[in-house]
Amino acid sequence: MFLGALLGALINLNGSGRYIHWGFIQISVANFVVIVLMVVVFVLAILLPFPKRKRGGQ
Amino acid sequence: MSIDTGERSDPPARAESRQWTARMRNAAESAFPPDQLLPDRQPAYMASWIYVFGVLTVVSLAWVIITGCILAIMGPSWWHVSTAGHFVNSLHLWSVEAFFFFMVIHLWGKFFMAAWRGNRRLTWVTGVISFLVSVGAAFTGYLSQQNFDSQWISTQAKDGINATGAGAVWNVLNFGQMLMWHIVLLPIGVVLIAGLHVLMVRRHGIVPPFAVGDKDSASETAPAVAVPAEEPA
Amino acid sequence: MSPDTKKRRRFNPDRDVTPWKGAYVPYDILKEAFVAFLAVAVLIVLLAVVFSSPDEPAITLKSWSVVNPVDFAQTAITELDGTSATASYGPPYNSTPDSSQHIGFFEPEQWFGVHQPIDTAQDFVIGPLRTLPNQAVTQAALTLYQSASPGQQTAWTTAYEKAVANATDVNGRLHVPAGRYGPVGAIIGSLTDMAQTGGLDGTLLSEGQFYNTNYTKPLLFLADGTYLADQAQAQHLTGSQWGMMNETGNYPGQAWLWLYTMWYQVAPMNSSSNGDLEVWAIMMVLSVGLIFLPFIPILRSIPRWTRVYKLIWRRHYRELAGT
Repeated sequence: MFLGALLGALINLNGSGRYIHWGFIQISVANFVVIVLMVVVFVLAILLPFPKRKRGGQ
Repeated sequence: MSIDTGERSDPPARAESRQWTARMRNAAESAFPPDQLLPDRQPAYMASWIYVFGVLTVVSLAWVIITGCILAIMGPSWWHVSTAGHFVNSLHLWSVEAFFFFMVIHLWGKFFMAAWRGNRRLTWVTGVISFLVSVGAAFTGYLSQQNFDSQWISTQAKDGINATGAGAVWNVLNFGQMLMWHIVLLPIGVVLIAGLHVLMVRRHGIVPPFAVGDKDSASETAPAVAVPAEEPA
Repeated sequence: MSPDTKKRRRFNPDRDVTPWKGAYVPYDILKEAFVAFLAVAVLIVLLAVVFSSPDEPAITLKSWSVVNPVDFAQTAITELDGTSATASYGPPYNSTPDSSQHIGFFEPEQWFGVHQPIDTAQDFVIGPLRTLPNQAVTQAALTLYQSASPGQQTAWTTAYEKAVANATDVNGRLHVPAGRYGPVGAIIGSLTDMAQTGGLDGTLLSEGQFYNTNYTKPLLFLADGTYLADQAQAQHLTGSQWGMMNETGNYPGQAWLWLYTMWYQVAPMNSSSNGDLEVWAIMMVLSVGLIFLPFIPILRSIPRWTRVYKLIWRRHYRELAGT
C-alpha cells in the first residue's frame, strides 16, 4: 500500500516531516507554505488589475 | 381526429392564494425573481479578482462531493488496496485543501469589504456557519481514513469531545458512526447552509463600496435614515 | 414595511450602505462558475499526480505486541488492575469519581454520564481470554484470580507491576522477572500471546458479534500504551507539537485548526487537567464572536479603519473622483 502511494506520486511527501520552530510556534514546512501561499494569493487578488467590461448591461 | 401530443394549449390557471403551493411559489418568486436569481449583470464596482473566491470555494466543494461519491461507489477500504482508489482519494484530499484555501481567502476578502453591511448580516452569519460545519465535516473525514492518522486523531480528539459531554453520544472511536456523519449528515448540512448563503447573496446583491467620506456616522453623502439594501433592478 | 413605519436610526457606515444607483456591467456568472469548475479540476488533478496522498498503515494490537511486548504487558496489567488511562477516565466510559473536566460548576462530562461503558479488566483482559478454548492453564489462572479476594488481587497485580517494569523482550517473547504475582503472570503472558497471534484484535472489535464497525475498545487499549504515542511523536502529531494541524510526512495538514491547537500551547491550558474543556470554551466564544461580528462594535469597524477596501474598490473610487 505504501509502495502504491510512492508510485502514485512524482514528489514523495512521505517520510519524516520538516518542521519550523519559532519561539513557541511549531509549524510544518508544508502548512507554512500553504499559509504563505494564501497570503500571497490574497494580496495578488486585490492588487492584480481586473479586466474592464463595457457598461450598460441591461 | 386530433391527437393529444402532451403539449399544453392553454396556460395553467392561477390557483387561489390561500393554497400552500401558491403561497410558496409567490413567496419564492418575490424573494428571488429569475433575473435576480440568475443575473446577467453586476454592479460596476465588482471589478476585482477577490470576487472570484466565492465561486472557487463553491466549485471546490462540488469536487469534494464528486470525488467523495466516487469513493462511496467502491467503499471505504478501496483506496487502501487499489492504485486508482488511492488516486481518487488524493483528488478528494486536495479538493478539501483547495476548498479551505479558497474559503479562507474569501472570508478575508469579505471581512475587509465589511460585506455584512446593508442588511447582509445573515449572509455573513451563514458563511461563517458553513465554515464551522465544514471543519466538522473534514474532521469526520480524517476519522474515516482507517489508517494510523485516523487512529491517532480519534484517540486524541476523544478527550476534547468527551470534555464537552458530547462524547456520551458522538463517539469518535466509532468508525461506523463517524463515517455516516461524514458521508450523509454533514454533507447535507454543508450543502444546505452553503446553499442558503448563496441564496442570501442573490437576494441582497453584492455589497456596495464604502461611500466617500464614510469616516464616521455623520457623513455628508449618507442619508440620516438607515435604508435596506437595494437589489439590482 | 413602509418607510413611515420603519424605525428611523442614524446611518452607521459599519452597518449600513447607501443604495447603488450607478452603472451595471454584463457578468456571466454561470460561465464564471464553469471556468472555475474546470480550473479547480486541473488544479486537483495536478496536485494528486504530483503529490498523491498519505496512507500510513494502522497499527494493530498484534503489531504492537510483536514489536514491543514489554510495553504491551505494562499496559495490560494497568487494564487488569484498573489504573490505566481508560480505566480511570470517568464518563463516558466509567464512573471514576473526580475525573471529569470542569470549569467551576460547569461539568458537562459528568452531567451526560456513562454511555460508552468500559470495564477494562473484563473487556480488555478477562473477557477476551475466556474466549480461548483448550487453554487449561490460562482458564485455571483466570478462575483463581477471579475467585480471590479484592485484597489478594491487588497484592498480585501490584507485585506484577513492579516485576514487569524490568521485563525484557527476548526474541519477541515477553520475559518478566519472577515475583509473587500468583496467576497474574500467566494471565498477562497469555494475553500477550493472544495479541501476538492477532486474536485479540478480532475479539476486542467483534464483541461476540459477527459484524461490527465500532473500534472503541481496541483503540482505547492502543491509546493506553506508549507505542501509539511514540509513533505519533515521530510524526509530529502530538498536542505539544501543534499536532492537531499536522499530517503525516510532509503533507499539508489542517492549517485551519491553527487557533484551536494554539491554545493548548499557552498557560494555563497547557498544564491544566481541565485543558480540553477550557480550550473548547475559548473556541466557542471566539466562534460565536466571528458569527456575530456584524453586530459587534469596534470589531466591525476594523475593515473601515484598515482601508484595505480602498485597494479592492480603487477603480470605483477613481471613476467617482473623475466624474
